[in-house]
Amino acid sequence: MSSTVTISARQAYEEELRRSPNRLEAPTTASGREVAPLYTPEDLPDFDYERELGYPGQYPYTRGVHASMYRGRLWTMRQFAGFGTARQTNQRFHFLLAKGQTGLSTAFDLPTLMGLDSDDPRARGEVGRLGVAIDTLDDIHDLYANIDLHQVSVSMTINAPAIVILAFFLAHARERGFDWKRLRGTIQNDILKEFHAQNEFVFPPEPSVRLVVDVIEFCTQHVPQWNTVSISGYHIREAGATAIQELAFTLADGFHYVEKSLERGLKIDDFAPRLSFFFNAHNDIFEEVAKYRAARVLWARAMRERYGAQNPNSWKLRFHAQTAGCTLQAQQPEVNLIRVAYQALAAVLGGCQSLHTNSLDETLSLPTERAATLALRTQQVLAYETGVTNTVDPLGGSYYVEALTRQMQREAEEYFHRIEEMGGVLAGIENGFFRREIAEAAYAYQRDVEARRKVIVGVNAFVEQAQTPIEILRLDPTIETQQIERLRKIKAERDQETVRRHLSAIRRAAARGDNLLPVLIEAATARVSVGEAMQALADVFGRYERPPTW
Amino acid sequence: MNDLPRGNMNRLNQRIVLAKVGLDGHDRGIKVVARALRDAGFEVIYPGLWLSPASVVRVVAEEDADWLGISILSGAHLVLVPQVLELLRQQGLHHVRVVVGGTIPEEDVAPLLACGVAKVFGPGSALADIVHYFQGERKHEQNPSSA
Repeated sequence: MSSTVTISARQAYEEELRRSPNRLEAPTTASGREVAPLYTPEDLPDFDYERELGYPGQYPYTRGVHASMYRGRLWTMRQFAGFGTARQTNQRFHFLLAKGQTGLSTAFDLPTLMGLDSDDPRARGEVGRLGVAIDTLDDIHDLYANIDLHQVSVSMTINAPAIVILAFFLAHARERGFDWKRLRGTIQNDILKEFHAQNEFVFPPEPSVRLVVDVIEFCTQHVPQWNTVSISGYHIREAGATAIQELAFTLADGFHYVEKSLERGLKIDDFAPRLSFFFNAHNDIFEEVAKYRAARVLWARAMRERYGAQNPNSWKLRFHAQTAGCTLQAQQPEVNLIRVAYQALAAVLGGCQSLHTNSLDETLSLPTERAATLALRTQQVLAYETGVTNTVDPLGGSYYVEALTRQMQREAEEYFHRIEEMGGVLAGIENGFFRREIAEAAYAYQRDVEARRKVIVGVNAFVEQAQTPIEILRLDPTIETQQIERLRKIKAERDQETVRRHLSAIRRAAARGDNLLPVLIEAATARVSVGEAMQALADVFGRYERPPTW
Repeated sequence: MNDLPRGNMNRLNQRIVLAKVGLDGHDRGIKVVARALRDAGFEVIYPGLWLSPASVVRVVAEEDADWLGISILSGAHLVLVPQVLELLRQQGLHHVRVVVGGTIPEEDVAPLLACGVAKVFGPGSALADIVHYFQGERKHEQNPSSA
């Protein structure tokens, strides 16, 4: 036996590493997760390819929900748009379609999101500002004018009044001769994350979830290609959550909708294939990719093992991604283009089904046409020039990404357990758990920025004193009065007795627990407004108020 | 954690009402600012979302606030902020100084200052700058000659 000590390559590496310079004390991901200098097979004990990854298009879908992914079909480039009147937004839709966008996504203004009419005093100053103002069916007719709803899929970002807006949309489709069975699109209809993060809720949590289930039930029967809920982590992340919180809270919300739908008597395989997801695409590329992969596995396992789904389409987590608005900066705004491009890369490496890329000017206003075009071009470059679409899940097998994917699954399971222990998602809303967790994370992140433990280019490093202002979109200040005029005219001209009858029917159906979509669709045709329909529901459900948590 | 200015042992009597005005629900920023000001020793009152200009002014009066910080990320600042200032004046609350934060384009800062806003913190403002601003104003008040 030789007396010389032979050291392994691993030991040699570790010694070398100790002698090497370290630029950062303890590098962390964007969410503050510690990252090792190197990942090797040792970080993946008992790694079983077939069980953990398998093949794309096969359970548990770690590598993607389709066999050929982007070789077969690119993701849908779906830019969120909406401002001013329905007519103006319709013009922007046609502009985006002409530039090569492949699906539509509708942004509503704050009064509409809160279920208020444009003539409500609380709507003052907000009409048509952050999105399109919708009051009656006539606005929906204008919004989707000359758009072939059999060809173009339409997404609508609305939650508290989702059922009302969907009723308007279905009334529109019926009047224009579109077959409900051929409509494709998505209504966000995810009220739970409003309570956690986005703060556009109207009714208390329980009746709010009942409305979500009404949409699931109705569409399952009558609008079978429609995505009934877009279970959203995006806003949770924007409010300051970490990647793991985004992942865990979103899936927990999804489980809640599934359970409530099962309680309604729906069969899992009838509705689960049309549940979709919406995640944030944040700065940390590998953490984001691991998040999407972990989400697919967790959802597939829960749907199959916990809820007994048999149809593979029920197991597949399909998701839309949007680049992180909260990472955009007002300082040196052109730099936002670069951030957005990297974030979009993360979404695509993570296997998204559709993607919105933010515009560089969004910290200051809604995007100009030029900025919106550049945002879309960012996706087109990614799709057609970079080669990332050529093979499926190109990061699969990366020791780092696989270790993170595993770790995030484990940590999400811990959160599921905690949420269950406290009595479920609604209990967590009532006791402030979600809001507290998110506020803590937001404050911790901000302190890291202040202390320059996290660098933001142009803000706390590489600052330029002279700022070149960029062009921003200015809205026509007469939009609000135009919209109010139009609404007053419609309200004056309709048959008031019919309107009263429809409002009573809404209240009756709400009180009895009937599915509300049929009465809302008929009410839409009689020009009942969004605000009136929502008030009728509030007469039965009440409005939700709660003390702030910070 | 010593990266942010903290309150000293002198009791700060300054009371700051922080408010979301209008329908905008973006409350990440205001909650972070609320915590930072509280940690720096200010008394912070955050009454929550969706306040109308009239109800904001009511809270300011009831809380006997020295400062009102308004957060708006909906773009409605040029409509809502002047309404709040007008109501403050009508209620005789001339001593309450108003600070505005949110997605305020550079060119909107001057009109806000012109209608009586003391300071605007736009996107990317550092927490430390916000805290220092309030501390500086307080010091200035206690010892006006040391400007």
